[in-house]
Amino acid sequence: MNVKRVIKTIYPAAIVVLIYVFVTVLRSVGIMNGYYNQILMFAGINIMMTASLNLVNGFTGQFCIGHAGFMSLGAYGAAVITTMVFGNVASPPLQILVFLLGLIMGGIVAMLAGVLIGLPSLKLKGDYLAIVTLAFGEIVRALLRLVKPIGGARGMIGIPGYANLGWILFFMALTLFLFRNLIYSPYGRAFISIRDNEVAADAMGINTTRYKMTAFCIAAFVAGVAGGLYAHVITFIQPDNFSFTKSADFLVYLYAGGSGSLTGSVVGATLLTILPEFLRFLSDWRLVVYAVILVIVMLYRSEGICGGWELPFMKIKRSSLYEEPVFGGKKTEGKGEQP
Amino acid sequence: MAYFFQYLIYGLQLGSVYALLALGYTMVYGIVGMINFAHGDFLMIGALGTYFIARAFEGFQVNSAFPMLIVGIIIIVAMVGTGAIATGVEAIAYRPLRNKPRMIALITAVGVSMFLENFPRALPFIGPNPRSFPTLFRGKSLNVFGATITTTQIIMILLAVITMLLLYLVVNRTKIGSQMRAVSMDKDAASLMGININRVISITFFIGGALAAVSGICYASAYPQVDVYMGSWLGNMSFVSAVLGGIGDIRGAMLGGFILGIAQIFATAINSTFGYAVGFIILIVILLVRPAGIMGKLVVEKV
Repeated sequence: MNVKRVIKTIYPAAIVVLIYVFVTVLRSVGIMNGYYNQILMFAGINIMMTASLNLVNGFTGQFCIGHAGFMSLGAYGAAVITTMVFGNVASPPLQILVFLLGLIMGGIVAMLAGVLIGLPSLKLKGDYLAIVTLAFGEIVRALLRLVKPIGGARGMIGIPGYANLGWILFFMALTLFLFRNLIYSPYGRAFISIRDNEVAADAMGINTTRYKMTAFCIAAFVAGVAGGLYAHVITFIQPDNFSFTKSADFLVYLYAGGSGSLTGSVVGATLLTILPEFLRFLSDWRLVVYAVILVIVMLYRSEGICGGWELPFMKIKRSSLYEEPVFGGKKTEGKGEQP
Repeated sequence: MAYFFQYLIYGLQLGSVYALLALGYTMVYGIVGMINFAHGDFLMIGALGTYFIARAFEGFQVNSAFPMLIVGIIIIVAMVGTGAIATGVEAIAYRPLRNKPRMIALITAVGVSMFLENFPRALPFIGPNPRSFPTLFRGKSLNVFGATITTTQIIMILLAVITMLLLYLVVNRTKIGSQMRAVSMDKDAASLMGININRVISITFFIGGALAAVSGICYASAYPQVDVYMGSWLGNMSFVSAVLGGIGDIRGAMLGGFILGIAQIFATAINSTFGYAVGFIILIVILLVRPAGIMGKLVVEKV
């Protein structure tokens, strides 16, 4: 562990802290108001959602188009814990504990749903898997509308606004850090091999169903946590917030940013969250212009804004992953770089 | 028993809307291999277009009803117009992406769908407010087994069935039909045999758009309200019926549409939310038993 390596590990975290400090200063000076702050919070949540979708669609090559279903389960799971089970906790430290417990519960609920839908449907391929995930998202929405204790179709009100920009940046950075390490681990290599050629991966002894399931569950967990954060930002959730339109939004962020690139998820989600707000001066024509920009990006840069490209700290050099050889000699170079 | 027939008729009516729209999905998928998420919006354009065309023809009304000839002209103008828009969308947005990964075309389709919904919404003379659809057919009610059938319902179901039969004949008996089947089997080989692929795909989109217009007219006559967002959920349900029947198969799309329409009406009779979800539940159950849909054939990947 030399100093250079320590700096290299720390500086992405330093960037996130800097963003937080910068925004806090701007807010206290009065240049930024709560509206901008909320847009940034949504951008953070969307980055988490897009990155988790990227794990399934971009790195494992599966085809999930019902990701908002996991988000809704996470949002409701977390909100039930913080509002109904521990709704009357007054002291701030305990509130933080309840909040974290809620987020983890939300993640677990979403992950269990991921197992439930993943087990039978991961045998399906391509478009058929896509339509089952779409169906899953819509069934979840219909079920949430039917459950009366959590508000039914009218939604759940009075969720405490525990989440702030600091929490969201923290979870976003944690997600990206863990995802980066996951993708450059043996697991990640298995995911990518399934994406590139499933039959070949199978022939090389990779248990494709197990790895697809793993990717699905991790993505569902992260989406659940992001949903929990979302619920505690807007303090009011209803099933129709998580319709197919929402899932389509995440797909758009992912593919416009560049699938198979974590940097792309960050860039796509941030830009496309801010763009519609930036275009508000166009009033009715806002979404028309947004749609035209999206189509033009897809036509002239089909691989997405950051397709096939990662920021330096978003990737790990292959050669640094290999141990020093036992019998002296030079360090083994990483062979078989991922395309 | 009377209720049973009544629901069955409503189911057939909704099913014919789904089936007509699903035909467009399934043909585009069979030939280009992409999911056209903007297809539901062609239905909206057809219905909205019919509204404006009918307004333009208001002078021809006799006793505040349209003569059959004028109704025929209105429907044909709407079909041709929607078909032309569908062809244009394909030429501008989908053709440059034909050799790219399929997800790219899908995201472009999401963008096109957003455009098609929000462009009319932003136009001052259309706007976001729902409008009441004009009565194209003067309805008389018949009583069959205690259930009430209006002539509109009979005409709509007949129109849907006749359109489907015509399509089946076109695909199986004509030259352009055999070209379509050739392109769906193997694009490169078809191109080597002298088939103009761009022309075949344009015609496919034209037919899909025209069918979507018919289904929009059917839907708007049954539930007489049109707005710019009506296409999105109808499109999703039709996509589900296309997959249910086996995507890429024309008979499958018709079967899937009718199954879904009837199931949805009967389930809505129990609970309206359940009625919306039942289609998706049926879909998952059927895909678990038959992974390629009812009529679809499972293609095994060979190495």
